[in-house]
Amino acid sequence: MSVQEYFSLVFSDYTLRTITLGTAILGIVCGMLGSFAVLRKQSLLGDAISHAALPGIVIAFLITGAKTSNTLLIGALISGLIGTFWISGIIKKTHLKSDTALGLILSLFFGFGMLLLTFVQKMPDAQQAGLDKYLFGQAATLVESDVWLMAVVMGISLLVLIIFWKEFKVLHFDPDYSKSLGINTKLLDVLITTLIVMAIVIGLQTVGVVLMSAMLLAPAAAARQWTNNLGIMVFLASLFGALSGIFGTAISATSNNLPTGPVIVLIAAAIVVISFVFSPGRGILFREIRHWKNRNDLQLHKTLYFMFEIAKTHNDISHPHKIKILNNFQGYTRNSLKNLEDRAYITVDGPMWSLTQKGYDKAMNLYNQQDNTHD
Amino acid sequence: MTSAQIEIQLIACIVAVACAIPGTFLVLRKMAMISDAISHSILPGIVIGFFLTEDLNSPWLILLAAFSGILTVVLVEYIQKTGLVKEDTAIGLVFPSLFSIGVILIAKNAGDVHLDVDAVLLGELAFAPFDRMIIGGADMGPKSLWVIGIILLVTLTLLLAFFKELKISTFDKQLAATLGFSPVIMHYGLMTVASVTTVGAFDAVGAILVVALMIAPPAMAYLLTNNLKKMLLIASGFGIIGAILGYWVAHWLDASIAGSITTVLGVLFFLIYMFSPNRGLISVLYRQKRQEVEVHLLTFLLHLQNHSEKSERHINHLNEHINWHKVRAQSVLDLALKNNMITIDDSIISLTEKGKTFTSEAINYIITNKSAAIEEMKDRFFLFRG
Repeated sequence: MSVQEYFSLVFSDYTLRTITLGTAILGIVCGMLGSFAVLRKQSLLGDAISHAALPGIVIAFLITGAKTSNTLLIGALISGLIGTFWISGIIKKTHLKSDTALGLILSLFFGFGMLLLTFVQKMPDAQQAGLDKYLFGQAATLVESDVWLMAVVMGISLLVLIIFWKEFKVLHFDPDYSKSLGINTKLLDVLITTLIVMAIVIGLQTVGVVLMSAMLLAPAAAARQWTNNLGIMVFLASLFGALSGIFGTAISATSNNLPTGPVIVLIAAAIVVISFVFSPGRGILFREIRHWKNRNDLQLHKTLYFMFEIAKTHNDISHPHKIKILNNFQGYTRNSLKNLEDRAYITVDGPMWSLTQKGYDKAMNLYNQQDNTHD
Repeated sequence: MTSAQIEIQLIACIVAVACAIPGTFLVLRKMAMISDAISHSILPGIVIGFFLTEDLNSPWLILLAAFSGILTVVLVEYIQKTGLVKEDTAIGLVFPSLFSIGVILIAKNAGDVHLDVDAVLLGELAFAPFDRMIIGGADMGPKSLWVIGIILLVTLTLLLAFFKELKISTFDKQLAATLGFSPVIMHYGLMTVASVTTVGAFDAVGAILVVALMIAPPAMAYLLTNNLKKMLLIASGFGIIGAILGYWVAHWLDASIAGSITTVLGVLFFLIYMFSPNRGLISVLYRQKRQEVEVHLLTFLLHLQNHSEKSERHINHLNEHINWHKVRAQSVLDLALKNNMITIDDSIISLTEKGKTFTSEAINYIITNKSAAIEEMKDRFFLFRG
């Protein structure tokens, strides 16, 4: 099946439609909330919480014996929240740093989950097979009710973000100011953290424990490169998330043996790389070009100033000089001479050059703070 | 105990010590999460190594996997240096991408490879004794014991040889650079050791337990001591306790060994987090409470010193001042009485000589910004603490 075929099938085929819709919505939710995770410097929270959810899933299964997604997800949500609040407890009350706290909760909760999992595996009924998919994620197992759940989570997050938009904005850029405004920062912290944990938990089934952190981070990190505006960033992150979901599903569906989760993550990573390199404001490519231009300009200005030093000893500033006398000067090349001529700073006539009035003025004001106009 | 049981415990203990040493430095350098990143991103290295050697214990595979661990560190550093995102975001972007490549490589070659992602991540210590090292027909013990033993030996040698350099570059990078130890070499050296240890241990115990053994014992030790040497020893000790106790818990429950070692470590951490003498949650909360009462006491004494008129010093009048209703007024009053700082005479409170000296000295400390020294002063004046 080719990619074109896939897109024609998306609207008719139930499974494809469900999976595509699911991954797209997941991408949107993750992009939206991931932006806040990145801004809150909680980038690795996704990784920690997705691991910390395991014991909750297993306990929910052991208690209810049900394999329905919703019961297990509630278990995951509870143990994820316990993990999150324990992390912030460790950071606040001890001198252990956030990285240690994250790593601790991640490994200890997950190990405990593994211990519990061995009991499930000993249980006689074969139902437990479904638990494995939470480890590595299987988008193929998504059904319509899962997609509905994701849509509900998306709706709630969107609603909360819209209602508290102004508060969240102030909270993340100037926490002290937001406190002085009388905003209940604790409540907002709990609210946004809960939403992030919710997004992580619903993503587990699709992309799995390990890849969830990338799902949360990558769209936001990519979006950050294109804008300095929070609203645009959240929108772009959702867009990137949705795109990686759709194209990841498309590519994995069109080829044999390509697991969906990793493909989605690689697409998201590709978007990040493109953003890092090509974004006009912050991207590496344009930054290098800007540096290169600046260096060239500096060389040019040095040459011009050297010429100015020679020319100012004459009454007539346009008095021609030999190009040869520039040979003593390091910064001069044929190219820079041509460049200076293009900018009408000098005129070249055979082996002679002469400064123009414009060039003279430019050179005179070169090291003058008042005249900083670039050309 | 059967010989297999002894071997399992021996392997677990050696892994614990081998992880605790680099782990201590990772925790101190605020890079604990890099161990999690490495433990996942060695997957593509392992897969490629497995394609080439078909043997999970081959030294080439270990080298390749360690190389992909170091690649993670290099990529994270590179992304961080561009200044486009923060370090933790860089970590969170790099390792899932490398892990994805590993998973896809396995999935695409599922027919030819007997390599399970579960096995890499979760490991199974119980099987470790069955993979024997046989040289010239003689049984030399389990292979993984040799692998991890050699790694521990190398780690210990490096630790002893470069202890001073590691210590200085961990606590004072500038000083280390001034003294001529390259912090970059130290950094990558440490990362290499962490990668190699992770790779050497994953086959025996699984990646998650490696992360737990690298972070949890040093974190516990850090809650108990500030001395680097003691921290290394305590961390190794906790690692060994966790390993042995965890093994027997697993034996008793008939459960996953890696899971139960981690769980035991979790319980130990919880206990230390709660009860550690100086940094534990309970002692921190207790200290904060005491601080609160003592600050209120000082405010109260200041108020008394500033007012000579009786109406201001009447016991019932105090409610209106210094947010009195919020505080347990009685306890502050009792504390002041017990320390002989006030006398109550017909419901009028007045400062004693001792109370006056204390108040003026305390004021002096506070206005000269030497408030840190106030603890010593409290020791001199207080018979009973808040």
